[in-house]
Amino acid sequence: MPLKRKIKELHKRRQEVLLGGGEKAIEKQIAMGKLTARERVLNILDEDSFHEYDLFVEHEARDFDMDKKILHGDGVIIGTGTIFGEPVCIFAQDFTVAGGSLGLMHARKITKIMDHALKMRMPLIGINDSGGARIQEGVNSLAGYGEIFFRNTLSSGVIPQISVILGPCAGGAVYSPALTDFVFVVDKISKMFITGPEVIRTVLGEEISMEELGGARVHSEISGNAHFYAESEDQCFEQIKKLITFIPRSNTLKARTFEPREPKPEYKIDKIVPGDPTQPYDVRDVVKAIIDDSDFFEIQEMWARNMVIGFGRMGGKTIGFVCNQPLVLAGVLDVDSSDKAARFIRYCDAFNIPIVTLVDLPGYLPGAEQEHAGVIRHGAKVLYAYSEATVQKMTVILRKAYGGGYIAMNSRHLRADFVFAWPSAEIAVMGPEGAANIIFRKEITEAPDPEKMRKQKVKEYKEKFANPYVAAARGYIDSVIEPEETRKLLLHAIEVSANKAISGPKKKHGIPPF
Amino acid sequence: MRKPKDPCDKIKYKYLLLEGTRYKTTFTRKFENRKPWIQPNPMQVTAFIPGLILKVLVEPGQEIKAGQELLVLEAMKMKNQLKAPADGRVKSVMVKEGEKVPKDFLLVELE
Repeated sequence: MPLKRKIKELHKRRQEVLLGGGEKAIEKQIAMGKLTARERVLNILDEDSFHEYDLFVEHEARDFDMDKKILHGDGVIIGTGTIFGEPVCIFAQDFTVAGGSLGLMHARKITKIMDHALKMRMPLIGINDSGGARIQEGVNSLAGYGEIFFRNTLSSGVIPQISVILGPCAGGAVYSPALTDFVFVVDKISKMFITGPEVIRTVLGEEISMEELGGARVHSEISGNAHFYAESEDQCFEQIKKLITFIPRSNTLKARTFEPREPKPEYKIDKIVPGDPTQPYDVRDVVKAIIDDSDFFEIQEMWARNMVIGFGRMGGKTIGFVCNQPLVLAGVLDVDSSDKAARFIRYCDAFNIPIVTLVDLPGYLPGAEQEHAGVIRHGAKVLYAYSEATVQKMTVILRKAYGGGYIAMNSRHLRADFVFAWPSAEIAVMGPEGAANIIFRKEITEAPDPEKMRKQKVKEYKEKFANPYVAAARGYIDSVIEPEETRKLLLHAIEVSANKAISGPKKKHGIPPF
Repeated sequence: MRKPKDPCDKIKYKYLLLEGTRYKTTFTRKFENRKPWIQPNPMQVTAFIPGLILKVLVEPGQEIKAGQELLVLEAMKMKNQLKAPADGRVKSVMVKEGEKVPKDFLLVELE
């Protein structure tokens, strides 16, 4: 056979496989409001950059008449490509092929690209759209999942791992996204749960819809499993691309730097924070007032909103922001907000992204519900994450920093590299009202007018202790600064600490309060 | 000066009391839906897991001893024996055999 004909045959074979599950299945996929696996890959990657591997892989299953079934590519597309020129590995489950079910060869394709990503030290993007394990392949499917989870864990903290949920992702399959760094979901398309509504209805008698159980909204707002919520697949792809610009390719590199830009003039840093510490404001406005182009890329925008986390750039470099949000629950630390902050701190530390912490919190959320939910154990995660982090750590105390909250929010005592405080900062063991009630209990109760005495003592305490100068006198904060100086001093701090090198005692690994 | 887009504008504020100070802020859906803690009553036997009442072994008025089996609750393919926490008398039985019950459902009341 001449080469020309052989090439023709290759084209023919390719054409067949590229159709995935065939035209009917593709029509069904479109009817569900979803793009096909191939369209997704091509839309995320730079034009003409996708190189596909394992196009001709076939399954070997024999039982349950599987030997008579041809599953193109075994239901998954894998390959490499670029996003804004940055190389990435990608896999996309193809729901049109046997419902994207995971069999042995399907899993082998995924683990092949995972191994490749780890070996070549580049980000991995996984698009999940699968009915789950391929039941006909029995324990081989389970083996496949296990091999994927193991690699997720091995790669964790070495290369960025991104999961995109664009269809069902149920049962054991959810644990791969859960082990990765960032999970993207799309309204009405993403469904994640361990046990589905059907099982819950028959076993437990509880009626719940798929959307209410594990839809995009639920995981973005209630469970905290998802990091980015989008209204459409296209919006989701834009979010993925934007994320890639903020993070480095691997843990030995730094994120790409961009041309430095000034914050937008409408964010006036001295006009955002009210003087009265009981009054709310949106801390994201403070972030926008100090970052390049006021371009803040928030993570987990809807979950645990009393803590704000996300990326911005300063002087062109990626910075991770961790901020109390007085606008929501007065910015308290609680179970969810601690969890949210701690994980992000560890992400930034693993990938050499300096952390800027903006502090304004009254302390921890009181209540039996919080105590029973483990606010001790979860709150400890914040202490652990900050203490453990060796990347550059900067703190700006904007207003309140009371009690345990002060310690937890990247205080000097947890080895913050720079601690700045605004003149409005109140660094104290607790709020003036609470402190005065305890310290002056006797004077207050014995006074002829206890309420008047209480007010006077609160005022006294406020004047003496509700300021940054007591902490500054001990060197717990480095400088008391004007709000307008914040950006300049943070840029300076980032620059002078660029060569930071510290190391702790040698250990296999710590035991964080997971 | 153009004011930055202020999400505070449309927001309905609430007040959170912490250590004697009232903070003006907003609440999350999760916070507003949180369940207040209730003192558990040991004389009320409830379903610790949702499931199916397989057997009812006692009837109202019956004297019982601590540890005596009251019901069998099947859940997650396990037949769970629910036992009396103390000596006493059955005041009321709230379920029938074959009934499906949600978590924390009151099954038997003792006195």
